[in-house]
Amino acid sequence: MNTSASIPASPLLEIRHLRKAFGARAVLGDVSFQVQPGAVLSVLGRSGTGKSVLLKCVVGLLQHDGGEVLFRGQSLENPAARKALRQASSYVFQQNALFDSATVFENVLMPLRARGEGERALWPQRVRDVLQRLELEDATDRYPAELSGGMQKRLAVARALVTEPELVFFDEPTAGLDPLRRNAVFSLIARLQRERRFTAVLVTHDVQEALVVSSHVLWLDAGTVQFDGMASSFATAQEPALREFRDNIEALRESLRSVANPNSI
Amino acid sequence: MSEYLGKLTLQGVSSLGRWAVFSARALREVRSGQALGTRLVRAVFEQGVRCVPVIAVVAAFTGMVLGLQGHYVLSRFGATGMLGTLVSLSLCRELGPVLAALMIAGQAGTALSAELGIQRSTEQIDAIELMDVSPEGFLVGARLLGAFFVFPVLTAFFVLVGVAGGWLSGCVLMPQDSNGYWGAVHEAIRSRDIRECLLKAAVFGFLTTALCAYQGFYAHRSGEAGARAVGLATVRGIVLSSIAILAADYLITAVLL
Repeated sequence: MNTSASIPASPLLEIRHLRKAFGARAVLGDVSFQVQPGAVLSVLGRSGTGKSVLLKCVVGLLQHDGGEVLFRGQSLENPAARKALRQASSYVFQQNALFDSATVFENVLMPLRARGEGERALWPQRVRDVLQRLELEDATDRYPAELSGGMQKRLAVARALVTEPELVFFDEPTAGLDPLRRNAVFSLIARLQRERRFTAVLVTHDVQEALVVSSHVLWLDAGTVQFDGMASSFATAQEPALREFRDNIEALRESLRSVANPNSI
Repeated sequence: MSEYLGKLTLQGVSSLGRWAVFSARALREVRSGQALGTRLVRAVFEQGVRCVPVIAVVAAFTGMVLGLQGHYVLSRFGATGMLGTLVSLSLCRELGPVLAALMIAGQAGTALSAELGIQRSTEQIDAIELMDVSPEGFLVGARLLGAFFVFPVLTAFFVLVGVAGGWLSGCVLMPQDSNGYWGAVHEAIRSRDIRECLLKAAVFGFLTTALCAYQGFYAHRSGEAGARAVGLATVRGIVLSSIAILAADYLITAVLL
């Protein structure tokens, strides 16, 4: 089942036949897809289907066993292309990966300092601007451990966006957050993506929210691509496996609502 | 049995190679991520300044014990006038570099392993790598450079405090002549002894810092995860550093004697 949308000539990111196994356990088997400039691609799937592994293989944190990743048409086997990807992209980690010995301000300053990007004298203002946009301006001197879960997530997003990247990878950006904070994070991503026009690859479990913010969806199951197409097509696709996936999630939501409100049973 | 030994040897050689590449990369890419000056100052503070109290205490007691034992042994041969020679040469040529390095490894080395181990398990090292910064250069390089400075300085400090400790126990608490003691110290120490002392300290500094950093940096490869991996990395760091210090001490002494 593959309902690929029409594919323009030059994708920003292209994954060809990617394979990854841990020992005898194959996690990714022949995964291929493309990400167009300006698109928001959500990678969906059950736990353990290799979504985060896929993201880490793409950015080079994990070495894949086979296949190829191309950025602007250049294979990442080429060190110059790998450098170009790292200069042009940011990554929001599932557990935030904030620098715990550094303040909020220093955390956001770090990518600018690391890349030596732009005029040095303007760095503090750029940091303050992004912190203000993410409503963290009152927490600049605090340490990550002193922030709430939602604030930590906003800080991770601030750190990822301060360099104004062309491409942002979000690895389970709402993991461990309550529903209200989850919605807030998705709203934030959607708002910032509209404002800054970055391309986003978003790994998540939250199907409904992902469909709202995404233009494209990639559905992985058992390490293979089961759906690659427009988000609108994913929501209405009638293939049995896909319907089962959506129905399972809806059933889970219903049961959770019942637990939250016993009178509704 | 021979198969097991062969596998162990291959693992050892492979680890040694990875450690050498890690250390070389840390030094080569030390400028990665900028702010080298700040990182150097921090490294000198953490490895050096913070270790001063423990170095001073250990050096003072080491010198005092040497003074006592020296006085006792030398008095058997009627050679108590050699106490200054015995204390100063023992400290300068052997005990100073070795004990100072072991103390710094115990304090700064374990802290380094644990810090890097936690940064690894919380994906902070991955985050640095994805900022197109060399994590080896950024997190370890400045500490290696700092070690080349800190270890010799703290070792010299150890020797000075130790010699003063020997004077305290030998000449203040025991009936030894102070002028004779300091005169013997002055006569005994040659520039060659000081060079050997500082060379040993610099080598121990590199070995200790690189080994502890390597263990913390690759804590996730130990087969354990999370807090256990950090604990294991810290233990491995200090054990391997201690062995490396003593082995290198023997080799340097054998070559230079």
